[in-house]
Amino acid sequence: MSENILEIRDLVVEYHTDEAVIHAVNGISLNVKKGETIGLVGETGAGKTTIARSILRILQTPPAKLCSGEIIFKGENLLGLSENDMRKIRGDQIAMIFQDPMTALNPIETVGYQIAEAISLHNKISKADAEKRACDMLEMVGIPMERYGEYPHQFSGGMKQRVVIAMALACNPELLLADEPTTALDVTIQAQVLEMMQALKDKLGTSVVMITHDLGVVAEVCNSVAVVYAGDIVEYGTTEDIFDRTAHPYTEGLFGSLPKLDSNEPRLKPIKGLMPDPSQVPVGCSFCERCPHATEQCAKEKPEAVEVSPGHIVRCFLAKGE
Amino acid sequence: MAAPLLEVRNLKKYFKTGGRYLHAVDGVSFKLEAGKTLGVVGESGCGKSTLGRAILHLHEPTSGEIYFEGKDISKPSKHLLKEMREEMQFIFQDPYASLDPRMSVSEAIMEPLKIQGKLSKSEQILETRRLMETVGLASRFENAYPHELDGGRRQRIGIARALALKPKFIVCDEPVSALDVSIQAQIINLMLDLQEQQGLAYMFVTHDLSVVKYISDDILVMYLGTMVEKAPANELFANPKHPYTQALLSAIPVPDIHAKKNRIIMQGEITSPIDPKPGCRFMARCPYASAECEQPQTLEEIAPDHFVSCCKCKSL
Repeated sequence: MSENILEIRDLVVEYHTDEAVIHAVNGISLNVKKGETIGLVGETGAGKTTIARSILRILQTPPAKLCSGEIIFKGENLLGLSENDMRKIRGDQIAMIFQDPMTALNPIETVGYQIAEAISLHNKISKADAEKRACDMLEMVGIPMERYGEYPHQFSGGMKQRVVIAMALACNPELLLADEPTTALDVTIQAQVLEMMQALKDKLGTSVVMITHDLGVVAEVCNSVAVVYAGDIVEYGTTEDIFDRTAHPYTEGLFGSLPKLDSNEPRLKPIKGLMPDPSQVPVGCSFCERCPHATEQCAKEKPEAVEVSPGHIVRCFLAKGE
Repeated sequence: MAAPLLEVRNLKKYFKTGGRYLHAVDGVSFKLEAGKTLGVVGESGCGKSTLGRAILHLHEPTSGEIYFEGKDISKPSKHLLKEMREEMQFIFQDPYASLDPRMSVSEAIMEPLKIQGKLSKSEQILETRRLMETVGLASRFENAYPHELDGGRRQRIGIARALALKPKFIVCDEPVSALDVSIQAQIINLMLDLQEQQGLAYMFVTHDLSVVKYISDDILVMYLGTMVEKAPANELFANPKHPYTQALLSAIPVPDIHAKKNRIIMQGEITSPIDPKPGCRFMARCPYASAECEQPQTLEEIAPDHFVSCCKCKSL
């Protein structure tokens, strides 16, 4: 059994604004094993990005507030570290790929410099060595090193995302947080980038937290999946558990909403309604208003997480343990 | 045989940039029958949005002919343009940017009726209510402003505005791309219901291939302004002939962990659309490219209604 590189326990994050308290993450727990890719799946506003940003502690506080919980990275609680210690981990042992490659790069520095900067920040090496490593990184993501001195605007979207990936991998991080890394890209370029990430992961043994709303991407790259809804993990298990033994009605709804390539149903089966307002957390199950199987109990009590089979956890009254 | 609802012949739209020409749409032709949907797919920058805009004269086409119900609308007079736009409408991609933030929901939906000026004020109000009901917007949102609504509801306003003048043809430019999957499915179902009830014809522009297969009767694949393949939806997915279509279809991430994957990973990226060479534009990324691809390609009908623009497609 491989050990967990990251354990999140009962994480609660709120955003405090003048008008209201937004409950973004409501006590989630998850584990990332060494070398594993875990997918965080859910819709806009479910709290996926907040989870990733909490791990790196790059949430803007205030308005954000890490209320309780632990984030344990290699046996150490990141939430207890000083800002200085945290800075040593960021970009070195844990790196993040941001969603929008168009805005994640500094427009007035060359791409090569931006990669070398990350390397020299975390390693005591000469400028020339850092530059050489930056060149290697560029080559690794498939960009000829002659382009070291070019600026972000001279690159296309797919190329920029490769630069961002090169930057994130520059210090051989043990954990990579990828926030919708391919959402802004065209499918053919997406295929290239996913293929490349997969190859790099196999080569370097990096663990990956992949945030996405695309179940197709999940099927392709993830070993396990956490389905996030309104700040809760409603279903959690291996990719096989989620795709073949779907247990939570929300996960079912997500699959039903997708047009299938191989069937000719006359209409899609969308989930009715909208996600609840995160400033007013319902007493019961957060999915109850949209759920086709909801009962009176669902509106009154919040369901506990049930382990329906080893490692497959579902937060629903309908789910029965073994 | 009656004329098709819309016929486009050899439509071109070039943009002038610094003395050179960007060939955004380069010779696209198709026919669309009433009540049918034509899906237009391709990657960003392939000219699919420009094509939709050129048909509605939101961009003036450089050359080519457009016929609507047999009437030539390639170079419409101001008067004809206004008349024609009652019949042809547009749903925009971004429900956040395409609504006036200072207009309430009912004002936004009533605006086209006001401009048309055929109904009295009280009839306009009644019609606006009816439209809101048609697209599934509760009447309590009548006085709400766009910033108070989520993306799905905003897109419903966009649809109501497009429907207001009872058009026969709507260009839908990525109408669901900005929405979450569960909301996306709601909007797609709404659009299909409306098509059934009102006999609308859609031109559905998107980069999402699973959506396009689901909603379209015919699919047109574009690459760098040119039409590379056009076929009925099922035929295109079962029998893609152009190397680009094949690569594009193989790149779709399928939400099924047991799906077999024979992915064709293309090399390189899209070449520049500014003053392109006369040959096949996909050549630089095509695994089968050879000297004959440098000649201009012609669109050939290789099976009923299945058109391909590739000199090699028969030998592949």
